[in-house]
Amino acid sequence: MATKKFMFVNRKAPYGTVYALESLEVVLISAAFEQDVSLAFIDDGVYQIAKGQDTTGIGQKNFSATYKALGDYEINKLYVEKESLEERGLTLDDLMDLTWEDEDDDYEEKPSIHLVDRADMAGIMAQQEVVISF
Amino acid sequence: MALEINGTTYEQDEEGYLVDLGSWNADVATALAAEEDVELTDEHWDIINFLREYYEEYQIAPAVRVLTKAVGKRLGKEKGNSKYLYSLFPYGPGKQACKYAGLPKPTGCV
Repeated sequence: MATKKFMFVNRKAPYGTVYALESLEVVLISAAFEQDVSLAFIDDGVYQIAKGQDTTGIGQKNFSATYKALGDYEINKLYVEKESLEERGLTLDDLMDLTWEDEDDDYEEKPSIHLVDRADMAGIMAQQEVVISF
Repeated sequence: MALEINGTTYEQDEEGYLVDLGSWNADVATALAAEEDVELTDEHWDIINFLREYYEEYQIAPAVRVLTKAVGKRLGKEKGNSKYLYSLFPYGPGKQACKYAGLPKPTGCV
């Protein structure tokens, strides 16, 4: 199967709607088909990868730990929009420490999160063959 | 579907996967394997225990490719290949081992 550049765009908060969880499942499935997968986190979507999520009050499964497995699936291009973080008073330190191991570099752990501004994000999106929004 | 062990009933979905992850114990794994005529050895347990730890940490059952790589890293290169894993779990290491481990079917597994 030909490899295509897929980007999954996440714009919604992790809980309250099913979008974030559905997106994550589709991302994992697409990786199983060995596609070139990247993720974008924009608007409230940045909360999906925020640290310290606690769902005990809403009785839903806390699936935030699953983002830490993305590195195992060789999904290591997580683009976070700088403006979206700033508008919410967040910084990179408020996000989970998501990494991947580079097999070609003695399994060195490298960051998967890439902070990009709005203009860069538009450029990255323009390079994709398939863009799917959640 | 349901499994009954020593008077306790364990609910299963239509494919035999345990409905309540929390109710899993070693006897359940043994019984689920017995349903498919598999006798669990230490080698099977290594994989089952690994899967449970993986689920505990990441809240998902790993895809076969990810499982294979991780097993190689954790249990040694000679075990980190599909030939070895299929020799233990001939119906597919993802599907079968996850079932015995009480996990849901791996995401992306059809």
